[in-house]
Formats: sequence, C-alpha cells, structure tokens
Amino acid sequence: MSLVEAQGVSVRIGDTPILSNVSLTIGRGEIVTIVGPNGSGKSTLLKTLLGAIAPSAGQIRRASRLRVGYVPQKLHIDPTLPLPVSRFLSLPVPVPKATALSALERTGVAGLIHRQVADLSGGQMQRVLLARALLNDPQLLVLDEATQGLDQAGSAAFYRLIEELRSELGCAVLMVSHELHVVMAASDRVICLNGHVCCEGAPEHVASAPEYRALFGTGTHGALALYRHEHDHSHDHGRKAAE
Amino acid sequence: MILDNFLWRAALAGVGVAVAAAPLGCFVVWRRMAYFGDATAHAAILGVALALSADLPVFLGALAVALAVAWTVSSLSGRNVAVDTLLGVLAHSALAVGLVAVSFLENVRIDLMAFLFGDILAVDQWDVLVIWGGAVAVAGLLAWRWSALLTATLNEDLAYASGIDPQREKLILTLTLALVVAVSIKVVGVLLIGAMLIVPPAAARVFSRTPEQMAFIAGAIGIVSALGGLAASWHLDTPTGPTIVTVAAALFGICTLAGPVIRASRRA
Repeated sequence: MSLVEAQGVSVRIGDTPILSNVSLTIGRGEIVTIVGPNGSGKSTLLKTLLGAIAPSAGQIRRASRLRVGYVPQKLHIDPTLPLPVSRFLSLPVPVPKATALSALERTGVAGLIHRQVADLSGGQMQRVLLARALLNDPQLLVLDEATQGLDQAGSAAFYRLIEELRSELGCAVLMVSHELHVVMAASDRVICLNGHVCCEGAPEHVASAPEYRALFGTGTHGALALYRHEHDHSHDHGRKAAE
Repeated sequence: MILDNFLWRAALAGVGVAVAAAPLGCFVVWRRMAYFGDATAHAAILGVALALSADLPVFLGALAVALAVAWTVSSLSGRNVAVDTLLGVLAHSALAVGLVAVSFLENVRIDLMAFLFGDILAVDQWDVLVIWGGAVAVAGLLAWRWSALLTATLNEDLAYASGIDPQREKLILTLTLALVVAVSIKVVGVLLIGAMLIVPPAAARVFSRTPEQMAFIAGAIGIVSALGGLAASWHLDTPTGPTIVTVAAALFGICTLAGPVIRASRRA
C-alpha cells in the first residue's frame, strides 16, 4: 500500500486557485521530486500532503500512523531565542542524548550538539534539520527546497546524503526543488508541477518531455549528466511506480 | 496574618505579576509580539470602564475586553490584513474610547491614574488572590504546552508535521496574554504592562543558553524589579508602577553591559 495518496486535489488560498486536480502517490522507499517554476504550488502541495492545508476538493489518504520526518525550507530563529542543538532535537518530544547524537552523526554534524541553533551556517542548519527529521524513524522524509542557500557542491553532497539515508533506512523521500539537474539526478521519479501535474516519470523521461521543456527550456538537460553518478544498487520499486 | 499589612499585599501582588509575565513575555519576545501585547493591554481600559459602569469587578471587565481584542487580532493575522495597522487602530481607539467612557461615569469617582499606571499599594486581599490565581493559571498553561508552544514558535510547518496545531498554540498564548493583562492592571497599569512582559526576558537573554533558563531568569529579574521598585517608591515617595518598570529597565541596562564580560569570562 502507498504511504500517501492524493486524488484530484484542488487547493484555493483565498480566492486564488493554487492547485487543480492533482493526483499522485508516494510508495514505500521511493524518492519522488516535485519540480516546477516559482508560484507553481510546490510548497502548497507539500503542506497539503502534510495536512497543514485542507484541500478545497479531492482527497488525501495517508497510511495509518504514518511517521513523517519534515525538513522545512528555512528555519528562521529569532536571535532572542536561546536554543542549543541538543534542545532543538528534543522538540516537541524529548529524546535521549545518545539518540540525538547518533542522528547527528548520520548527517555528519555530531560536533554541533552543544552549539546554539542561531549560530549555525546554512549548510550546518540543513544537516541539523535533517537529523531532527530522522529521530522518529520516519517512513517518509519530506524536504521543502532543503538546499536553498547552499552552493552547488553543497547541495549535490546533501542530495547524495539523502540517497544514502534512503538505502540505509528504507524510507520514502518526497522533495521539492527548483535545482532541477541536481535533484533529478537523485530521484526515482519526478513530478513536474505548474498548478497541475504537467508530466511525471523517470528523470530522463521528464527531462525530455515537451511539457517540461516548455516550462524550463532545454538548457538544463545537459546538466543532468553532470551530477549523475553510478548506482551500485537498483531502484526497481520506484521505476515500477512510475511506469 | 500577613495579608493584613498593605506592604506585604503589595509585595505579593508584584511578585505574582512577575511570575505570570516572565514566561509569557519570553514568547512575546521570541515571536515578536511586543506590539500585540501593548495593544491588548491598552484596550483593557475599555473593559475597566465597562466593568465600573455595570458594577462588575474590574478584573472581569478587563479580562473580557482583553480576550476579545487579542482573539480578534490573532484570528485576523495570517489573512491578508496588515496586522501592524490593524493593531494600531484597535489599540489606540480602544484606549481612547475607554477613557471617554470612564469620563461618562459621573456617579463613580475613580482615579484614572490608578488604572493607567497601577496602584499597587491599594490592592486588597481579594486582589492578591485574583492575581495569584491568574499567575498560577498562566504559569500552569504555559508549562503544560511548553514544548508545543516552542515548536510552533520555531516554525508552523514543522509543528504541523509533528502533529501540533500552531493555531491552537496561538490561542493559548492569546488566552494567557489576556489573563496577564487583567491581573496586572492594579499593579503596573495598562500603559506599563508591556514593559513587564518585555523587559525582564530581554534582560535575561544575555545569561541564557536554553529557553527554560531564559524563562526562569526572566522570572527572577521580574521579582527583583517588583520588590526593588516597591522599596524604592516607598523610600523616594514615587509612583510605584513606574518605579517598578524603572528598576526593571535599570536591570536590563546592567545585564546588557555585563553580558559581553560574562561571556568572555565563560570562554576563558
């Protein structure tokens, strides 16, 4: 059974229609990326799937007791709020220090456990947020433009980490991005969104689809190869869902 | 019994307000709601006028109007209304209408200054009980929702993903804010409640490494301000509410200046 399923979902904010008739499913263990231009409703779709926004039409079905790890786009912490990383990981549910430390080790930032969250750099912050998302042993990791503000090498490394985590933990990953080439290289399936689902499928399929090229041009196509890395394992489950 | 002595009553009332205002004030600072607190407090004068004209306890009138204003503002924010402007309109018009309404109360002789700046030396036993009842309710509510409130303060989407409804947490802050306003009127008055919310947490920030530390240190600074202000106003014969806030402001100045020195010595 799929983890999350949206059927004919439409969302309006005020009088403005943001999404119309969006249907998608996220299966266990697959990496799905939503791409689309600014204002195409990517973040709204994520929030609707998480339950933060109620759809005006259509249905969202989540697997019962679905454990979601969420990595927000950006976390602005007011400098008046003193918050060490260890305390941040214990919000809202307290976790033992050993659990916090092993999550931070997994994302490569165990040394930051006593630092103040407000003092972290953008890259450190993303890895701490990712560590927090891993604490409840998620079945689904949701990332909203998680690499905003990172340079290309930094975001490529971040997405490699996501792929490693997926193979290690077996969780599904749903992410939103506008960094097409980097993200698409790490995905099993890509959904191209512009208020509605324009096209979807394997990264190579979407990159050559006319709907996608109409939105993004052909310029990014070549870059896909640049960050493509060798897979030493297969992702049959993802491909099957795509086809 | 100690409640028979007006200085003891004043001290207890001041400490009660400090205990209620400090933890809530931390959220007001973290969420940048300072103006929201002011607006709610200023509007409460209208509640005072209504309560006096209806012959009801001032506490109830202030609580009702503070709740109504705080709830209106927090439910309108997030929609496409400029909250800043709306707060300005609500706060100042409620204050003005309240003052006008008070002037119509011919058969009630009241000291307007007492409600604007507080009259801590005039609190009776009943006031002390109401203040401590309110303080315990506020501290209890905040302690109960502490983790959820902190999560919602960090990021609303993060809260949703953790199964917390940030709108509900906002409602709890709204409710506690109205309670703090209602219990503080007699102590510092509607014009200075904002100071009791903001100044102690701002002073405490320098010494705090966790949110909990900041709330406790803010409470301690608030208590010292209340007792110090009470003592100073007794000896100098100055108005008590403003003297309490002056002591708090002085503590803020000292903490801010001492902060860099303390942090440097910690590192050494």
